[in-house]
Amino acid sequence: MTADVVATRRAAPRSGARRLLSRHWYAWAMTAPVVIVTLVLVGYPLARGIYLSLTDATEGNMGRTIGMNVIPSTYEFVGLKNYTDILTSAEFLGRLTWTVVWTVVCVALHVGIGLGLALLLNRPMRLRSLYRILLVLPWAVPAFVSAFIWRYLLNGEFGVVNAMLRAAGFSGIAWLDDPFWAKVSVIACNVWLGVPFMMLALLGGLQAIPRELYEAAEVDGATPWQRFRHITVPGLRPVSSTVVLLGTIWTFNQFPVIFLLTKGGPGGSTEILVTYAYRQAFEGIRNYSGSAAWGMVILALLVVMAAVYRRALRQQGEAW
Amino acid sequence: MSHAAPAPAPAGGWSRDRRSPGKSVALHLTLIAASIVSVFPVAWLVLTSLKPRQVIETASVAPIDHPTLANYTQVLGETRFLTWAANSVIVSLVTAVLGVLLSATTGYAVSRFRFPGFRSVMWMLLITQMFPVAILIVPIYNLMAGLGLINQFPSLVIAYLTSTVPFCAWMMKGYFDTVPVSIDEAGRVDGLTPFGTFWRLILPLAKPGLAVAAFYSFITAWAEVAYATAFMTGDDKYTLAVGLSQFVGQHKAEWGLLTAASVLIAIPAAVVFLLVQRHLVTGLTAGATKA
Repeated sequence: MTADVVATRRAAPRSGARRLLSRHWYAWAMTAPVVIVTLVLVGYPLARGIYLSLTDATEGNMGRTIGMNVIPSTYEFVGLKNYTDILTSAEFLGRLTWTVVWTVVCVALHVGIGLGLALLLNRPMRLRSLYRILLVLPWAVPAFVSAFIWRYLLNGEFGVVNAMLRAAGFSGIAWLDDPFWAKVSVIACNVWLGVPFMMLALLGGLQAIPRELYEAAEVDGATPWQRFRHITVPGLRPVSSTVVLLGTIWTFNQFPVIFLLTKGGPGGSTEILVTYAYRQAFEGIRNYSGSAAWGMVILALLVVMAAVYRRALRQQGEAW
Repeated sequence: MSHAAPAPAPAGGWSRDRRSPGKSVALHLTLIAASIVSVFPVAWLVLTSLKPRQVIETASVAPIDHPTLANYTQVLGETRFLTWAANSVIVSLVTAVLGVLLSATTGYAVSRFRFPGFRSVMWMLLITQMFPVAILIVPIYNLMAGLGLINQFPSLVIAYLTSTVPFCAWMMKGYFDTVPVSIDEAGRVDGLTPFGTFWRLILPLAKPGLAVAAFYSFITAWAEVAYATAFMTGDDKYTLAVGLSQFVGQHKAEWGLLTAASVLIAIPAAVVFLLVQRHLVTGLTAGATKA
């Protein structure tokens, strides 16, 4: 992917090469820092990751230096074995399904609740700025702190959520120790911390829609629903398409919430692809090659997502 | 659009004077309920941090119970909290500064010029910022181990730059897009080179955009967990995210320390954040608002 970035300069006739260079050299020079950094910091590790994914490297056979002794690597090339192992394993389908459910549910709730709150906040009323600040608070707290907060709130023994349930006469729920409720818990935590961004972004989008459109529609006798459907929704599209993409990427890659709230447990039930690949590489006997292969599979999924997004952008007329 | 409303037309569908009292109450009740959900976990965190250990580990729902600052004095005095905080600040600051320095010119170039390779650069920026940690963490870990940089700050900065550089460039493109091209043209007419235009005219105007990109890089690095957990192995090198998880490990759970430390982290973060959040949202969605 990254390797062909520099290579894809449009083939120019040799006589035009000099002209191209004199015309575009400053643009190339200006993009050079990022291109070079990306090639070195992303391209090279990526290439190495692809190579590792084709071997059987683990903690045991990876070369290392202990004191003065240099132990050479003894891992071997095994071709596509890691990939066939992953794609035929039950683990893959299970993790993929849960990752998709997790991403779709979270993003849908983020956008749905965020839009609802943005619509409410977009009305003139008293205390609007106070509500705004209170509602933004979850985004202001660093995500890893939020994950710890929720872990305490949902603690089975002395968590306040269970304490309130018990006070109301229900029995407590094993939030983080039951596979189903653990999934509910991680989703709840992620929705809590993701809604504010959506709310603010969509509020900005709402405020950019010209009021005259609403006035004209009202004069024409449009109902509130029709105004929402035919003015608000299309007017929000530029913002909403961007935030849905960002939200999807962030949620798909959401590491801290799952890693810190449930550690992927109980029994791996809340493990998404990203945390699963991480655990392969850094827990137990470190399976570097397997983890690298998982990484490549995840990358392939993301490339598909990016392609879909770019197509959507093109249909909107964005010019690349 | 042919119905130009006469002068005393009603001012939109949602002016306050036209909302019935019932609707007003419903609106405020909904927002109050949402605010409670949003604030409660943070408020409970603050209240918990003020309780002594024996109260924390009971199912008490009393908001205030034997208030004490013992957790705070213990966090500050008996743990390496301050070291971890300093580590986090160093790593995040270096990441933010390097990220913005490296990506500013690229953001400008892809905002203004259409050149051979433009689409490839845009693709690269889009794809690399989507990279989850799982893709690069193993190869970067192995490379850093080979260079002897494990448990050293540069390894973390390098790992963070892989995502902040493309993201900053992307964000700054959005910001530069909002600066009128006529300014560039004026500069060029006055004989400035493209670099001169960028440096002398556009960059000063884009300071808010740079600040937002830097701030975003900072908080990304500040809150990162995966690389920090894998790379930093000595407890004198932990960042806050790693250090905090030590308080609630496998065998013991020091909720008092955890909550006090969380409050100490969250309050400055939240204050700064609330001050800049408007700009942050604009930065993240820039380019989307002007389709």
